[in-house]
Amino acid sequence: MILPTFIIVPLLAAFLIVLCGGRRDRAGVLIGGAAAAALAALSVVAFINGRGEAAVYVMGAWKVPLGISLVLDPLSSLMLVMVSLITLTSLLYSVAYIRRLEGEGKYYALLMILVAGMNGVILTSDLFNLFVFMEIALFAAFALVAYGGRAQEYEAAFKYAVMGSISSSLILFAIAVVYSSTSALSMSTIAAILPQRDPVLTLWAGGLFLAGFGLKAAVMPFHAWLPDAHSSAPAPISAMLSGVLIKALGIYALIRVFYNVLGAPPVFLQAFLVLGAVSMTVGVLLAIGQWDIKRLLAYHSISQIGYILIGMGLGTTLGMAGALFHLFNHAVFKSLLFYNAGALETALGTRDLRAMGNVTRLLPITARTSMVASLSISGLPPFNGFFSKLVIILAALQAGQPVFAGLAVVGSLLTLASFMKVQRYGLRSERPAGALQAKVSWGMNAAMVVLAVLCVATSLMIVPGIRETILDPAVRVVMEKARVWTAVFGK
Amino acid sequence: MILYALCFALFLVGLYGLMTKRDLIKIILALGVMGYAVNLMFVLIGYRARAAYPILEPGKPVPAMVDPLPQALVLTSIVIELGVTALLVALALRLFQKYKTFDITQIRRLRG
Repeated sequence: MILPTFIIVPLLAAFLIVLCGGRRDRAGVLIGGAAAAALAALSVVAFINGRGEAAVYVMGAWKVPLGISLVLDPLSSLMLVMVSLITLTSLLYSVAYIRRLEGEGKYYALLMILVAGMNGVILTSDLFNLFVFMEIALFAAFALVAYGGRAQEYEAAFKYAVMGSISSSLILFAIAVVYSSTSALSMSTIAAILPQRDPVLTLWAGGLFLAGFGLKAAVMPFHAWLPDAHSSAPAPISAMLSGVLIKALGIYALIRVFYNVLGAPPVFLQAFLVLGAVSMTVGVLLAIGQWDIKRLLAYHSISQIGYILIGMGLGTTLGMAGALFHLFNHAVFKSLLFYNAGALETALGTRDLRAMGNVTRLLPITARTSMVASLSISGLPPFNGFFSKLVIILAALQAGQPVFAGLAVVGSLLTLASFMKVQRYGLRSERPAGALQAKVSWGMNAAMVVLAVLCVATSLMIVPGIRETILDPAVRVVMEKARVWTAVFGK
Repeated sequence: MILYALCFALFLVGLYGLMTKRDLIKIILALGVMGYAVNLMFVLIGYRARAAYPILEPGKPVPAMVDPLPQALVLTSIVIELGVTALLVALALRLFQKYKTFDITQIRRLRG
């Protein structure tokens, strides 16, 4: 069975790293790298072998209403591929970057626990198990945000930990509400029973879930922790947090719970639309005003999450395809942008755009890949961001929501403006940069090049033949709503 | 029903403390109150009036039992809360070492 290995491998790696690691980080790099490579290979194999079908693993042979089952359907395997890809590049990037921060093996152990938690969230089909894996991932994330050990990093980690605990309490409260009416925790059983119960209960549970997962995804009224936490973490961790953590714990959980368990109640879809529009526009407006490059990128994460929410809220097949496509693309280009920011910080010793100089000559790879990523996030062809935003905008028009389509276009233009600011002041200003403080190593460069190639490659997902094999099965899982489980568990 | 409402009220007390208190330690305690409210809610959901403990004994008739699953869930969530609290206290100590205060209005290096 391939399913539990996605959780076992990173957990075992974390354990072995702590066990073998002395004061040096060699064990961490070797074991962590092996585990990340194995996970990437496994997730791709699982994705290809899945062929749009779902696989089930019953833990401890306790069948569904009693025990916990892991389910690998096309949506989860798409998410797993995304998480593994970003983890692999993040590890490659970390080797040199973390050594500069007195790197120790513990960092790699925490990174592996983070991956184990996210994989668990993606695979599980049990609400309480989802909560437990979410906490595992968050523990590692809190510690990693504080990893740098400076005052502002502790401050950001404290803020993040408090907000994370509030959202976890809200989610647990929602699970209690659901359990009180259905006496079940497995998503399939709840999805079957809940329609026969009082609809007020769905509203209660849905409201609590929306607040809880919304906090995790940093949707606009709940966003305050994100710019601090994501900009204070080390660059490869910022890439993990912004690229995949808010999606695995926030967006993926929202999609799973609201579509596959609660059956997509229209009132919540409307809420997604409104929250998405607010996050998208206010996030990008706040981003334009930033001078710290990592804070600017963090605010853009809020804005791009808004796009995904709008795609989710439309409730149409095309909208959901756009949302999932943008989710994948955002993981690629936002991670790349954070790697660029980390490389600039390493080489120039500053994150302030005003203090940077022209680096096109000194750091050619950083400059070029950051141009690719900036064009992707701003939605210019032929990069992936253009296609996914186009799908979302077309879906909004098709669903009769021209206001949201218009807002998405405006948001995209403002994104372009803020990245012109990054390029104009930061990387391509008239003033040449002084001497470099440190070299950008080959590992960091390799991670950036891989993601820059992916920025172009993932836009192929829009091509008809490829779209049918990659995106459409995942979209079908979501759009079948609560009925999806009968295909998985029979009956 | 009153019990559930009181649970929710306790949850809101925690939330209120979290939003109004300025001391790091009091914030951590407020989070604990929120956690207790949710745990209490879980135990109450499993409660059945005049029911026995959920252990089968050979030779005894099976009486009405309380639901054992919420109790197991509460144990798990208590352990998780312990971990979060320990981490928060560790962070608060480190913050105190850096800033020499627990007052969050003094700990404001991040803004914007």
